[in-house]
Amino acid sequence: MIPALANPDRFMAFSRWAAPLLGALAVLLLAAGLVLDFTAPPDDRQGYAVHIMFIHVPAAWMSLFVYACLGGASFFSLVFRHALARAAARAAAPLGAGVTAAALITGSLWGKPTWGAWWVWGDPRLTSVLVLFLLYTAYMALDAAIEDEARAAPATAILALVGLINLPIVHYSVVWWRSLHQGPSVLRAGGPSLPPVYLTPLLIMGLAYLTGFGALWLVRIRGEVWRRRAAVMAMRAAA
Amino acid sequence: MSGFSLILRREFALAFAGGGGPLVAIGFFLAMTSLLPLALGGSPERLAGVAPGFAWLVLALAALISLERMFERDYEDGSLDLIALGPAPLEMAAFAKALAQWATTTAPLALVAPFVVAALGGKTALWPIITAAGLTGGLAFAFLGGIGAALSLGSRRGGILIAVIVLPLFTPPVIFGAGAIEAFGAGLDWKTPLLFLAAYALAAAALSPFAMAAAARNALS
Amino acid sequence: MITALAIEDLCIDRGDRRLIEGFSLVLGAGEAATLSGRNGAGKTSLLRTIAGLIRPSAGRVVFTSASGPLEPDDAIARHAHLIGHQDGLKLSRRAGEEARFQAAWCGGTRGTADAACARLGLSGLLAMPVRRLSAGQRRRLALARLIAAPRSLWLLDEPLTPLDRDQRAAFGAVLTEHLAGGGLVLAAAHDPLPVEAREIELA
Repeated sequence: MIPALANPDRFMAFSRWAAPLLGALAVLLLAAGLVLDFTAPPDDRQGYAVHIMFIHVPAAWMSLFVYACLGGASFFSLVFRHALARAAARAAAPLGAGVTAAALITGSLWGKPTWGAWWVWGDPRLTSVLVLFLLYTAYMALDAAIEDEARAAPATAILALVGLINLPIVHYSVVWWRSLHQGPSVLRAGGPSLPPVYLTPLLIMGLAYLTGFGALWLVRIRGEVWRRRAAVMAMRAAA
Repeated sequence: MSGFSLILRREFALAFAGGGGPLVAIGFFLAMTSLLPLALGGSPERLAGVAPGFAWLVLALAALISLERMFERDYEDGSLDLIALGPAPLEMAAFAKALAQWATTTAPLALVAPFVVAALGGKTALWPIITAAGLTGGLAFAFLGGIGAALSLGSRRGGILIAVIVLPLFTPPVIFGAGAIEAFGAGLDWKTPLLFLAAYALAAAALSPFAMAAAARNALS
Repeated sequence: MITALAIEDLCIDRGDRRLIEGFSLVLGAGEAATLSGRNGAGKTSLLRTIAGLIRPSAGRVVFTSASGPLEPDDAIARHAHLIGHQDGLKLSRRAGEEARFQAAWCGGTRGTADAACARLGLSGLLAMPVRRLSAGQRRRLALARLIAAPRSLWLLDEPLTPLDRDQRAAFGAVLTEHLAGGGLVLAAAHDPLPVEAREIELA
């Protein structure tokens, strides 16, 4: 599908119907997810704070997923010098930063009632997500600092790929550090031990975030394509 | 004389011609050291406890100093064109530049670090691990920093942009180095983190020249 | 040894602007050509594209030797000199050290570097730091590597601008020798070169 969409005109035609569809789907899923979230019984350990989990955990998943998309688009942009791939990477970055910030903030809100602290240094997931947020801001800072688009594209792509390679190493290094310190109580976001009454709303919220990201991403890429077309037209008019 | 040694010798000469090579970075290191007791309040125990970690962190920060000059000077006066078009690959020139950065900035810092720890009242017995971690981690800092320096060529933001790009990438070596120092001090297994640090540094040294060269070529285009 | 340079339908874009459209040129051994045109017409970009620093949007550059076509990267790395606008000299270093580095980097030796500097009248200045040299002296120092490390193709961007009339004539002798030996010269210049050269106007 990706090669077929690589053509800008076909992409624009595709995204014209796909974006609103994904958006509508996202709204429905979000509504369903929130309903299930608030009707779910409180957890015996976490109490009512479990409701924040449904907002926080999918955000954390998305923060990584969006970076993977950023990395993939950057790879195509660098290797094939593809302008649409570059537009996709550029469009994804602020979305990724936003969802990562949301994950950090909601994680903090969830952490206070659950473990008694707003933040826990030395938890692998929290530190990795924080570094991930820094990687997004680094990408956007570099993008903003280079004015010439022809130069910005490969440079930001290189940075995205370097970050992508480093991310698992960062995570692993913090895991290792925590094992050295036997730190504070482990963050248990879920996983296979999660009871099904929580699993369903979590997955629905996850899908809601995914389709929401899809819709917003397509819209932003369209915006980038329009912006570039307008710039080219302005250049031609001035020449 | 091979291309590699030509560039290496030139980088050394330029580092010391600009006024004392590692002295700027060492000066930064010492200035921060003198500020720490003032910032922390005078309790000697607290200072001593914090000393190794602090020295390690400031070493990482000081490594960022003079990163800007790694490629920027050559880019500005046209030497980078000559280097890029020469018979030796740009990757090799990038490797030589980063190696020179390590030798003239981060390695001297690693040698000064134990004195800093001692000055702050930390355990002097830590000096072997601090030096080892500083030398190894310094290699990672120099090569990762080179990526940041090459990526920010031609942009006006310079130093602070390099820091923003590079500091997230510093996380693994900082963690492994700190872990090694702490483990050594507590009598635990310090070899494992030091090995991880070495592995990371060697991987960075092997791979980052490709990213640096790609970024430099991009800036020249 | 490059015996011919062929540029076929080269198109160069800078940003969203098409700077050069459908440029073609054939240059043979012993020939010199001058690119002229107003500032911003693309002379520097053209030279840098031939040197492989800029990627063209269309067209290609072919380097031929006596034994057939050459790999472009190899041709540039071993058989061409690019002397850009800037001198590529470090101000804090001594003139002699810089000349020797540039020559050695391009395959010359310390001896040939010193001889080249002597030829261009720079012998007395070699011990001085570059920052104490005048613009004309720095230019001649940058040009020294053309003599110190002989290569067939010379891509020169405004080579003579800071030089006075006598120095230009002296460099003209260098150019003549190079062309007589089968070399090629492509220069971007506002003023004509002190040798016979085909003039190409960039619109």
